[in-house]
Amino acid sequence: MKYLHAFALLIALLWSSPLWAVQPDEMLSDPVLEARARALSEELRCMVCQNESIDDSAAPLAHDLRVLVRQRMQAGDSDAQVLDFLVARYGEFVLLKPRLSWHTAALWGLPPAVLLIGIVMLVVVARRRNDAPATAEPAKLTATEETRVAELLRDEGAP
Amino acid sequence: MIPEIGHYALMLALGLALIQGIMPIVGTRTNDAVLMSMAAPTAVAQFAFVAIAFGALAVCYVTSDFSVLNVFQNSNSQMPLMYRLTSIWGNHEGSMMLWVSILTFFGALVAVFGTNLPVVLKANALAVQAWIAAAFHLFILVTSNPFVRIADAPFEGRDLNPILQDPGLAFHPPMLYLGYVGFSIAFSFAIAALLEGRIDAAWARWVRPWVLGAWMCLTLGIAGGSYWAYYELGWGGFWFWDPVENASLMPWLAGTALLHSAVVMEKRGALKVWTILLAILAFSLSLIGTFLVRSGVLTSVHAFATDPTRGIFILAILILFIGGALALYAWRAPLLKQGGLFAPISREGALVFNNLFLTTACATVFVGTLYPLALEALTGDKISVGPPFFNSTFGPLFIALMAAMPFGPLMSWKRGDLLGAAQRLLTAGLLGAVAIAAAFALEHGGPVLAPFGVGIAVFVMAGAVTDIAERTLILRLPFRAALRRALGLPRSAWGTALGHFGIGATLLGIVAVTAWGSERIAEIKPGASLDIAHYRLTFDGLFSRAGPNYHDVVGRFTVRRIGGELIGTMEPSRRTFPARNEATTEAALMTRGVSQLYLSLGDPNRDGTVPVRLYFKPQVLMIWLGAIIMFIGGGLSLSDRRLRVGAPRPAKARARLQPAE
Repeated sequence: MKYLHAFALLIALLWSSPLWAVQPDEMLSDPVLEARARALSEELRCMVCQNESIDDSAAPLAHDLRVLVRQRMQAGDSDAQVLDFLVARYGEFVLLKPRLSWHTAALWGLPPAVLLIGIVMLVVVARRRNDAPATAEPAKLTATEETRVAELLRDEGAP
Repeated sequence: MIPEIGHYALMLALGLALIQGIMPIVGTRTNDAVLMSMAAPTAVAQFAFVAIAFGALAVCYVTSDFSVLNVFQNSNSQMPLMYRLTSIWGNHEGSMMLWVSILTFFGALVAVFGTNLPVVLKANALAVQAWIAAAFHLFILVTSNPFVRIADAPFEGRDLNPILQDPGLAFHPPMLYLGYVGFSIAFSFAIAALLEGRIDAAWARWVRPWVLGAWMCLTLGIAGGSYWAYYELGWGGFWFWDPVENASLMPWLAGTALLHSAVVMEKRGALKVWTILLAILAFSLSLIGTFLVRSGVLTSVHAFATDPTRGIFILAILILFIGGALALYAWRAPLLKQGGLFAPISREGALVFNNLFLTTACATVFVGTLYPLALEALTGDKISVGPPFFNSTFGPLFIALMAAMPFGPLMSWKRGDLLGAAQRLLTAGLLGAVAIAAAFALEHGGPVLAPFGVGIAVFVMAGAVTDIAERTLILRLPFRAALRRALGLPRSAWGTALGHFGIGATLLGIVAVTAWGSERIAEIKPGASLDIAHYRLTFDGLFSRAGPNYHDVVGRFTVRRIGGELIGTMEPSRRTFPARNEATTEAALMTRGVSQLYLSLGDPNRDGTVPVRLYFKPQVLMIWLGAIIMFIGGGLSLSDRRLRVGAPRPAKARARLQPAE
C-alpha cells in the first residue's frame, strides 16, 4: 500500500518545480539554530499535504513555513514561542503532535486507558480463578460423538 | 471478447459464492451431510472462475487492449512486460481483483487440504469465507468493474504512474494482500467455531499455520513497502506513520498477538475466548485497512479512489462483517469453555503480557489514525496526528515489550521462575550494557535515549541466542552432543528464536539510523566534493541516458574513503516519463556493510550547479534484514513436524473424503 503514499508524494512533488523539501538557500548559517529549526520542522504539518511535515514536503507552503520558522528563531523566539505563533496563525492543524486539551483527551488518554483496563481485567480474572479453583468440567460431547464413543466401547468389550 | 469472458466469470463466481455461503450452513443446521459437503467443491470452482476473470484481465494488460478502460488508464504499450503485468494491481479495480483472487485461492486451499478437519467446522468456515468473497465480488461488479469497455478504443494507453514503475509493485501489494487475506481464514474459523459453539486446542492447531503464513507475508510486505519508499522517495525515510502504512501495521500487530495467543491455546488450552476475539480483530483491521485506503476517506491527495459510492459500499461491508462478528462473539463466546490454569509468572503469563502490550500498541495506532477523521466528522475541528505522536506513545509501549521479550521463551509453562530466567539472561543483559556503553563512547550527538535503544536491541538479539544456547546446552555439553541437540530441537523453537532475533535487528537499525544518520544538502559544481561520515564524493558531471519509456539525466559521483582508496561510483538520476510528462528521482545507494550511502539529485540549475542530498544511513539495512530473519523464522516454525503431520486421522475417513475433491 506504500505505493499510494508514493503517489501522494508524487503529486506533492509536482506542485512545485524545486524537487525537495529543505533547500540549500533556506538553511541558516548557524548550525545550532539550523538543527533546532530542522527538529521543530519535523513537528509541523505542511497543511496542503497528506500527513507530511514541512521538513519533508516540497510544497511552496512548506517552503514558506520553513522560512518563517527560521525567521522567528533568528528573531530570538524559543521553540515554544514559534509553535504558539504558528498555532495562533494557522490553528492546531499545523501541529503533528496535538496538544492535550478537551478534544484530544480521548486521543491521548486511550493508550494508557487500554493498558490499565487490560491490567485490571487480568488481575480480576486471576483473582476469580484463585477463589474458585477449577471445577474443570470437560466439554460435553455431541450426540454423534456419544454414539461413536458407545460404538468404540462396545468394540472394545466384544473380543 | 476476453474482457467479457472475465466479467462473466466473475458473475458466476459471485453465484458460486452465494451457494457456498448458504448451502453448507443449512447443512450444518439440518445435519445434512450432502449439503455440508457442497462447500469444498464450490470453493474450488469459485476459485477457478475468479482465476479465469483475473487471467482475462491479465491478458488484456499483456496484449495492451486499450478498448478496456482500466487498461487504457493504467498501461502503455511501451512499458516492459513486467510493468504491464504489475500494473494490473497498480490501480483500484485491479487491486480488488487481486484481493478476491487471493481470497478464493485460500478458500480453495482449505477445501482441498483441509481433509482432516471436522466436517461441521470445515463446512461452516468455508461458508463464512464465501460470505466475504460474495461481498467483495459484488463490490467489484457494482462499483469497480475492471472490464468496462470504451466505445472508440484509443491508440495508446495513459501509462502507469511513474512512481509505480518499479519492481516494488511486483512484490509489495501481493505480499500485503496475502497477509491481509490470510487472516480471513482465521476469521472464518473463528466465526465457524462460534456458530458451532465448540472450540478446542485442535482448532488452534488448524488455524495457526494460516496465521503464521499470513503474518510472514505481511511482515515481508510491510518491510518491502518500507524499503521501496526508502529508495524511491528521495530522502531515505523508511516509515512515515502515514495512515496508509498504519493500515497495514494494525493487522500486523493484531496478527502477532494472535500468533502468540494461539500458541497458548494449542499447548495449554487456555486463552480460547481471547484468541477467537483476536482472530476476529486481525481480519477486521485488515478490512478497515482496505476501507481506509480504498474509500478515499483519507481525503486530499490520497483520494484517487474518491468515488463516494465505493466508500459507502466498503463501509457497509465493514459494518456487516465486523459488527456481525462482534455481535456473534458477544452472544456465543460465553458458551466456550475456558481451560488451562497458570500462574502469572509463567510462559503463559509472558504471552499474556505480550498480548496486552501488542493490543495496546495496536489500539494506539488505531486511535491515532482514526481520531482526526472522527473528530472532524463529529465536531468539524481539524487536528493532525503525525510521527511525533506515535513516537511518544507507540514507542514506549514497544520498547517495554522488547525489554520483556527475552524472558518469555525462558519461562516454563504453568509456573515459571523469573529469577532463574533472569540469571540465564545475565550474559545477554551484560552484552546489552556493553552495547550501551559502546554507543555512548563511539557515537556523538543524537538523542540521549538512543544508546539505551541499542542496548535493548542487543539484549533482545542476545536473548534469542541464549534461548537456543540453553536448549542445546551448548556451553555445558561437548560440542557434538550440543549439535545433536540443536538438530533435534523442534523447528518451532528455532522459529521463535529467529523471530525474536529479527525484531531485535530491526530495532537496532531503526535506532541507529534515526539517531546517528547524517545528511548533507548542497549545490555542487562539477569537480567539487562533499564529505560525509568517512567518505568523500566528487561530482564528475552530468550525462543523459535513454530508457524504454523514459529519459534519465544522470549525475556521476566518485566515492572515496577520506584520504584513502577509491570505492566506486554512484549515479543518481532524474527520470522523465514523456507519456505522462512526469518525473521521478532515482536515488543512488551504495552499501557498506549494513550501512548505506544515499544520494539523490535535484533539477540542475542554469549556472551548471546541481542540488544534491547526500545521506549516510548507519545500520539501515538491519531494519529490513530483521524482517527477512523474522520471515525465515516463521517459515521454520511453519515447517515444524507438529504442524506438518496435523491431527491424527483414521485412514477410513480419508478414503471417504477423497472423492469429494
